[in-house]
Amino acid sequence: MVELIKPYMSALLQKGLREDGRGLLDYRNVDIEINPIARACGSARVKLGETEVLVGVKMDTDTPFPDSPDEGILIVNAELAPLSNPDFESGPPSPAAIELARVVDRGIRESGAVDFSKLCIKEKEKVWVVFIDVYPVNDNGNLLDAAALGAIAALKHALIPKYDEKEDKVFYEELSKEKLPVKQLPILTTFGKLNGTIFVDTTKREENVADSRLSIATLENETVSAMQKGGTGTFTEAEVLQMYDYSVELGKKLRKHLK
Amino acid sequence: MGHAGAPEKLIVNNKRLDGRKFDELRPIKITAGIIPNADGSALIEQGETKIMCAVYGPRECLPKHFAQADKAYLHCIYNMISFSTPERARPGPSRRSVEISKIIADALAPAIFLERYPRTKIDVYMDVTNANAGTRCAAIVAASVALADAGIDMRDLVSAVASGKADGHLVLDMFQPEDNFGEADMPLAMMPRTGEITLLQMDGELTKDEIQKLTEMNIKACREIYEMQKSALREKYETEKNIESMEGEQNGRTD
Amino acid sequence: MVETTTEKLYIKDRDIVVPGEILAEGMEYLPAGKAFRDGEKIFACTMGMASVKGRVLKVIPLAGRYMPKRGDVVIGKVTNISHSGWAVEINSPYNADLNIGEATRDYIDLAKTEMSRYYDINDYMLAEVIALTESKFVKLTTKYRPYRRLSPGNIIVVSPTKIPRIIGKAGSMIKLLKDNSGCDVVVGQNGLIWIKGLPEKEALVAKAIKLIEKESHKSGLTDKIKALMEAK
Repeated sequence: MVELIKPYMSALLQKGLREDGRGLLDYRNVDIEINPIARACGSARVKLGETEVLVGVKMDTDTPFPDSPDEGILIVNAELAPLSNPDFESGPPSPAAIELARVVDRGIRESGAVDFSKLCIKEKEKVWVVFIDVYPVNDNGNLLDAAALGAIAALKHALIPKYDEKEDKVFYEELSKEKLPVKQLPILTTFGKLNGTIFVDTTKREENVADSRLSIATLENETVSAMQKGGTGTFTEAEVLQMYDYSVELGKKLRKHLK
Repeated sequence: MGHAGAPEKLIVNNKRLDGRKFDELRPIKITAGIIPNADGSALIEQGETKIMCAVYGPRECLPKHFAQADKAYLHCIYNMISFSTPERARPGPSRRSVEISKIIADALAPAIFLERYPRTKIDVYMDVTNANAGTRCAAIVAASVALADAGIDMRDLVSAVASGKADGHLVLDMFQPEDNFGEADMPLAMMPRTGEITLLQMDGELTKDEIQKLTEMNIKACREIYEMQKSALREKYETEKNIESMEGEQNGRTD
Repeated sequence: MVETTTEKLYIKDRDIVVPGEILAEGMEYLPAGKAFRDGEKIFACTMGMASVKGRVLKVIPLAGRYMPKRGDVVIGKVTNISHSGWAVEINSPYNADLNIGEATRDYIDLAKTEMSRYYDINDYMLAEVIALTESKFVKLTTKYRPYRRLSPGNIIVVSPTKIPRIIGKAGSMIKLLKDNSGCDVVVGQNGLIWIKGLPEKEALVAKAIKLIEKESHKSGLTDKIKALMEAK
């Protein structure tokens, strides 16, 4: 129904209005539940309005990558679970699922959010691998921001499993009291654009009519740790800089939900 | 699914490791309608086991070659989410989850009026978010509620539970240590209205007498769970005393 | 010899019932709607509300996808054009066909006009179900008023079981929405609703309809909707 409702959505947005009564730069109601999954090292359930995402952190040991022999490894995986959206099909990850995982990854990895040097067990031989799995439960738009928020919330509260270095054995069912070394809290904010109007935290209907989107991850010190443009439309330079400003402010507000 | 070392005993002082009596169910909470996008959905929490289920359908059957001329194609997918088990599970189907998906479809099909929806598909997605044994039965319990929530015609709800043998004692609704280190495990699903059994599996070593006792134990527990399923569905609609009539204008003017 | 029959009613009017729930026992009772008989007993086969009118026990469904019926007025979307007509999606597990001869009372000369001039891919239309085969192949018509192509506006999807409530007794609810918003509102029995007016009014009507959908079985709904529509 994209073509039919596009003129209506465009007219509404041009008046600064949205279907659910929000302003152009308002997020929906944010709800974060910490550690709902007992089996995970850390987990979070994030709700942005009706969009709901589960993120779980699991850890294991492995040999490090040759070019970073004294650093832990981060692997982010996302599924577009058919449970969450009638249009998702079961099967191997689609390009959209892979993009979701990689954008969440970028925001965390590049920001130095996790100090991977502290996750080295024995240089060149053994490091910790941190798996982040993103799992949508209900997709009403903006899985990106919900996933990124869930990932950082789960990391912040994750505990490292008990590990016997002599036996080289990970006790998957027992967590130590040691937290993951999380130093930064990057926050991802995603904007949609339709006929010149820019709006944040898109619902599914807004996502479908938007010409383009831009995601920006910012840190507390206002630096940018990731950006990703999607959709077939375009942005002007002025718009990008404007969205950076919005992103910093919105990031600060969202970060408060993590405390 | 890695597990810690075996506990010395599964039954201590005539009580199970989680303090339950031999014929006691874990605490169960069922919530209907948790996924707005789905036609029907449900969440079950049975002890530490947590499973979400979404039903989409009946809908167009694609790919077309799965469509059946005289009834709906019931497509069940049971999946364990990567972080639901002690050691992370690789995403995607395993041989175990493929088998379980099939037996769940066989357990639910007798309860659904599939013949009323020819050429269509009913998708049932069951995702285990936290695994602590008894997942296939809990998945069936949630799936029945989700199917009813979707307004799909059913002869009855399907209820299910697993019981087994731990340290020589017959126990109901086994949890992880009992499931891993016990002597036998028997999941069962049934339609409580008629008492017909729609799923039965057994793993381990049991005498005929033990099988009979476990079957009775399971059936009794299924009837209890059935009441919880019905309550979960009713709760969603929060009835009040003075309900305005549902029948406004069945064939009303449209403009 | 006197034969005694067990006759028992287990539910009352307006009870919420679930699949497999027993409604009554005895051959004197008659199942209707989503109620079915199994031997002496009558059961519900979907989530629904029971209606008890004398001996007739009816279950009115509270959920379920749209199953087309002859005579239904529906809103559909064109998904394909072939030489003989249009393939139309009607928010149902079953898709529909609009034959070229049923589109309009005008004669369509294919040598002179493109079929897409009447309905193009992704166009929405208001149509009527004129035929339904046993395996549920659906045939539509848009030959007569008010059936037509729908112009751009707002479209929302609701559960088809709530449509009667959204229309209201003698169309009272839909009239309330139209009068208070100045919008044109067209309701499809398949759960699609088209709204056309000022954008903020289109959004308001959509919001009101979603509220009706959510609270259709609760009392005091009409007042709530009145308040919502008059607030702005």
